[in-house]
Amino acid sequence: MSVWSSYRLRLKRKRFKVRARRKSRELRALANRTSEIRPNDILLFCTMRNEDVRIPYFLRYYRELGVDHFIFVDNGSNDGGAEYLAKQPDVSIWSTTASYKKSRFGLDWLTYLQMRYADDHWTLTVDVDEFFVFPFCDTRPVRALTDWLDSSNIRSFGAMMLDMYPKGKVTDTPYQRDTNPLDIAPWFDAGNYTISRNDQFRNLWIQGGPRARVFFADRPKSAPALNKVPLVKWSSDYTYVSSTHMLLPRGLNLVYDEWGGEKASGVLLHMKFLDTLGAKAAEELSRGEHYAGSAEYAAYAEGLKTSPELWCKWSEKYINWRQLEILGIMSKGNWA
Amino acid sequence: MSSVGIVILVHTAFDRAEQVIRHWVKGGCPVVVHVDSSVPNGTFKAFERKLKPLKTVKFSKRYRCEWGTWGMVAATQNASEMMLTSFPDVRHVYLASGSCLPLRPVEELRTYLDGRPRTDFIESATTADVPWTVGGLDKERFTLRFPFSWKKHRRLFDGYVRLQRRFRFKRHIPSGLVPHMGSQWWCLTRQTLSAILQDPDRPAYDAYFKKVWIPDESYFQTLVRLYSPHIESRSLTLSKFDFQGKPHIFYDDHLQLLRRSDCFVARKTWPHANRLYNTFLNPDPAAFKAAEPNPGKIDRIFAKAVDRRTLGRPGLYMQSRWPRMDRENGLTSSPYSVFEGFVELFENFEFWLAKETGARVHGHLYHPEKAMFDGRQDHFQGALSNSAILRDYQPHMFLTNLIWNTRGERQAFQFGPDDNQKVAPSFIRDRNAQVSVISGAWAVPLFLSNRNFADIRIDAARMQQVETAHLNALRAADTKARVRIWTMADFIDSPMEALQTIVDEMTGKSVRTVTEAPRMVDLQGFGQFLQNLKNQGMHPYLMGDFPVENAIPAPKSTTRKPYLVRK
Repeated sequence: MSVWSSYRLRLKRKRFKVRARRKSRELRALANRTSEIRPNDILLFCTMRNEDVRIPYFLRYYRELGVDHFIFVDNGSNDGGAEYLAKQPDVSIWSTTASYKKSRFGLDWLTYLQMRYADDHWTLTVDVDEFFVFPFCDTRPVRALTDWLDSSNIRSFGAMMLDMYPKGKVTDTPYQRDTNPLDIAPWFDAGNYTISRNDQFRNLWIQGGPRARVFFADRPKSAPALNKVPLVKWSSDYTYVSSTHMLLPRGLNLVYDEWGGEKASGVLLHMKFLDTLGAKAAEELSRGEHYAGSAEYAAYAEGLKTSPELWCKWSEKYINWRQLEILGIMSKGNWA
Repeated sequence: MSSVGIVILVHTAFDRAEQVIRHWVKGGCPVVVHVDSSVPNGTFKAFERKLKPLKTVKFSKRYRCEWGTWGMVAATQNASEMMLTSFPDVRHVYLASGSCLPLRPVEELRTYLDGRPRTDFIESATTADVPWTVGGLDKERFTLRFPFSWKKHRRLFDGYVRLQRRFRFKRHIPSGLVPHMGSQWWCLTRQTLSAILQDPDRPAYDAYFKKVWIPDESYFQTLVRLYSPHIESRSLTLSKFDFQGKPHIFYDDHLQLLRRSDCFVARKTWPHANRLYNTFLNPDPAAFKAAEPNPGKIDRIFAKAVDRRTLGRPGLYMQSRWPRMDRENGLTSSPYSVFEGFVELFENFEFWLAKETGARVHGHLYHPEKAMFDGRQDHFQGALSNSAILRDYQPHMFLTNLIWNTRGERQAFQFGPDDNQKVAPSFIRDRNAQVSVISGAWAVPLFLSNRNFADIRIDAARMQQVETAHLNALRAADTKARVRIWTMADFIDSPMEALQTIVDEMTGKSVRTVTEAPRMVDLQGFGQFLQNLKNQGMHPYLMGDFPVENAIPAPKSTTRKPYLVRK
């Protein structure tokens, strides 16, 4: 890779940061408790819209994991979720009604807040429907992981998205507030993922799973990317490029080993396929605020009409991280 | 009483260090504490104040202990001298760090050492005999100079090493010394330790070791060889290193493992491992054990972790393992078989093969319409879809996924010139592939089909071209698959022999002989069919020589019972 191209990426990163500063004017603080953040605290960043029903369990899950402070950006919710969050003692929340799309799908807002508050903190960036699973997460808190990463001089940790789905129709069992969505949607695809390498950003591009299998079977190339780097020892120089799929500087995307070995990695259990998806797809389709003209939601809306069953005979039922490790979806690497 | 004295080097996690020091003191061991001089004075003072009331805890002169430098040795020397002079009862000095956790009651350690009053426990091996050097420096640790910090000035460090290598620079090792290395955590007797510290040549040795790379792993390990009457070359401290030379860390979930290891001290413990600290610092006094330390099981777990990191699981492609070409350590995870031309020649081949070998036998997985899974199901193991579009998006990964998903069950599938050829290079390059080809057998379905001859001729020409290219690739020098190619004529000459070879290889040379043959299609008129193609100007040559009429041992009727002729 030439000096020229790495210079261009550097400019791109600088541009994103200037943009983030500009877009920060769209943010209005609902509750700013960032003064309570202590050095070494583990932070979680999240943008959301109308996710009230999911929030209580989301907070519970990540508090148990050991996240110390949550920073939310609410994009014009009208379901009371933002107000609920503003009351939480470990949450800071900003709100905006500006365009999600024009803010690089929320990344400009997050980049700004990360620039301000996340420097030198281990930072998880996830959506409300993503649940982080890492090796030994049933016996060790996330701080054990970040301490180990620190001692190994590793700055970023990869976690692939694993789409979870229910058996039967997505709409069959409604999701109840403050319950574990895994109880409804414990199934996943274990071994139908495809990988290619993005030479520009050096990340792996992973596709597959039920979304490719059911909604994108006729055009697998457009299937959503599943690779993510959600956990990063943040520096105010960093910025996410496209969702949390990749970062700049691009060295942070090297979360995989190229010499035959395995680096440690985790999984984001992606709880998209609950009964809330139908309404969400309809809303997002009309708003058109998502990636590629909300093509993904169009596919869901279309797909849900015709074949709402994602489950097949060979679907795997989630047990724990060790199962995912054995299946080769994530790895312990040399963490023991 | 106090036959064991503990020297502790501390630089972080002072709460835990304090807990551990109190534990040693409570067990009757005097402690000399060294605190890294890079620790802020305020922190140090607070730490010191907390331990002040303890009469048998002393603080030694503070040195800067950067990893791999002399400071660590200087600190140890100083603290050891303090231990020997301040506590005359001490017979063994145990060197530990602040993150070392005692796993067995102090009393057990004392009893153990009392039983071995003259033994020095220190890992000490010559450079040629140890595999665990990091950065490619083993013998050179002792023959080059290392004035630059490895952590802070890596470039200068590496550059200076290169420079010395280029000019063949060699330091003189003081006479009488044979360089040894080993774990820096030791337990030495007063006699040995004082002999090392009071050696008249010590200034010369110190001057030499000051410029040795990582002297804390070699200073005492080398000098102990001069004085010790009885060396046990192992450390009483359980301490495992990963492939980058960093110590593995113990967490709460290691509790049972650590307990069963019967080691005296473990390094290094995660400071937040509350359960470990609570359990081991409040040992059950009734459960006295005189067991020998046995770290075998922990060794294995950590060795496996290092393998996972460096070698990975062969045949797995995933988010954190994406090997470059030729670094895969096995393209797929287990052996599988590819059959070309068999289903064309035998009516019930898939069923027959499954029965004979117990393997999972698929049809044409790379069929243009869809992947023909065993039983023609829509999905297969791992939720692989039979959609041709999904499969053809990355044909190579479809194969690696299939083989990975079915670990423990041998897979076999059919392949031919009508299938997606893009996957062929993958299995040709793969040691795990067993490829058996009956060349030209693709002509049989054409022969049996009820189509216009002109169309058949076009198809035959195309398939012959595709298969010729494929066979050339199979015969190329860089092929790694085990390949067997028969022309169709050769194969039907003695089919059972060929089938027996294949089955034997698949099942691992069983003595079992194949008793039932698969049913061959009726080839009556096939020679004429080939001749007709020739007459049309399309020369089929991959089948071998077929006489025009009836020289082929065609089955007399479809109901004939097949049998095996053995010599």
